[in-house]
Amino acid sequence: MIVAERKPIEEILPWLEGVRSVLVLGCNECVTVCEAGGKKEVGLLASALRMVFAQQGREVNVGERTLERQCDPEYLDELRDSIDAYDAVVSLACGVGIQFTAERYPSKAVYPGVNTCFMGAALERGVWAERCQGCGQCLLALTGAVCPVARCAKRLFNGPCGGSTAGKCEIGPDVECAWQRIIDRLKALGRLADYETLIPVKDWSKDRAGGPRKVVREDVRS
Amino acid sequence: MRLGYPESVKIIRVPCTGKVDALHLLRCFERGADGVLVVGCREGDCHYQSGNFRARKRVGEVGALLERIGVGGGRVRMVNLSSSDAPLFVRAAREFHEAVLAAGPNPVGRRRRPEPAPARAGAPNPPPQEAIRP
Ligand code: SF4
Ligand code: SF4
Repeated sequence: MIVAERKPIEEILPWLEGVRSVLVLGCNECVTVCEAGGKKEVGLLASALRMVFAQQGREVNVGERTLERQCDPEYLDELRDSIDAYDAVVSLACGVGIQFTAERYPSKAVYPGVNTCFMGAALERGVWAERCQGCGQCLLALTGAVCPVARCAKRLFNGPCGGSTAGKCEIGPDVECAWQRIIDRLKALGRLADYETLIPVKDWSKDRAGGPRKVVREDVRS
Repeated sequence: MRLGYPESVKIIRVPCTGKVDALHLLRCFERGADGVLVVGCREGDCHYQSGNFRARKRVGEVGALLERIGVGGGRVRMVNLSSSDAPLFVRAAREFHEAVLAAGPNPVGRRRRPEPAPARAGAPNPPPQEAIRP
């Protein structure tokens, strides 16, 4: 999932100076699962905003809505009838959803209610960790399904650097060394010979280095 | 035992403090409550194992938020006691009552209910439900 964190309300408030109505807009997918921008978080932020506005003596209509997804036009279109009631939107979706909402409703000011962090997984309730950087050409087949792009601090492709100590990365004692992980996995799979295979220079043009990316599937395109 | 506690205290029963969501607490303050005391079972006595521990974390989080938005973090507090320990409950209620009196009225004021979100007929998200009536 895409993992995000709630922005502190102090950061959001200055954007809402002078607005008379604001929609707090959540998303039912990734940000619900990582507890940053689902229906619950929409309720919490909306409630806090109402209390702030009441103390400021302002009559601000704070609406709450959570869409199935904010990264799909069909769901964003559900707002078409009600969006005009609002001066501004605080979106709690990931950066994708925030931008897409703004693209769909160009006359509305759309503000981010979360900081979008990474693509990751839940290690336990309340703990999420990065697993993929969307590099555009997946190497996991060679590395025992441990990603050296997202999980090695130096993005090394052919073994660890000299800083790997007791399974930890030199950037911090809490950070696992991805290459230790890769070697352990290959060993467990009886594929340690793969470790000797040199991974060729990666084509970074498929990553962000090639500029903003797009995927087009002509066979499913309408 | 017929012990008296301040009349301003209204009891809202929940199956377990683990059921008390951050949203329930915020809505109380949004509607003008001056303070909320969450009374959970003693640590280690939760029928559902960890409900009271979860509640304590939420109370801490909500208190921090209330402090940051100017309502005052001291208006929400959690105590753990046994349901058979009336004297302890009375003491906690009195102490909290004093603390809330010292903090003064809730600066949000007494609002009946939050603004309803303008929802279309048949819209998937109805306006917030009234979960707790303070
Ligand atoms: S808008 Fe973002 S958070 Fe919501 S489903 Fe799409 S990718 Fe996930
Ligand atoms: S190799 Fe690339 S696509 Fe595969 S997990 Fe790592 S970052 Fe993601």
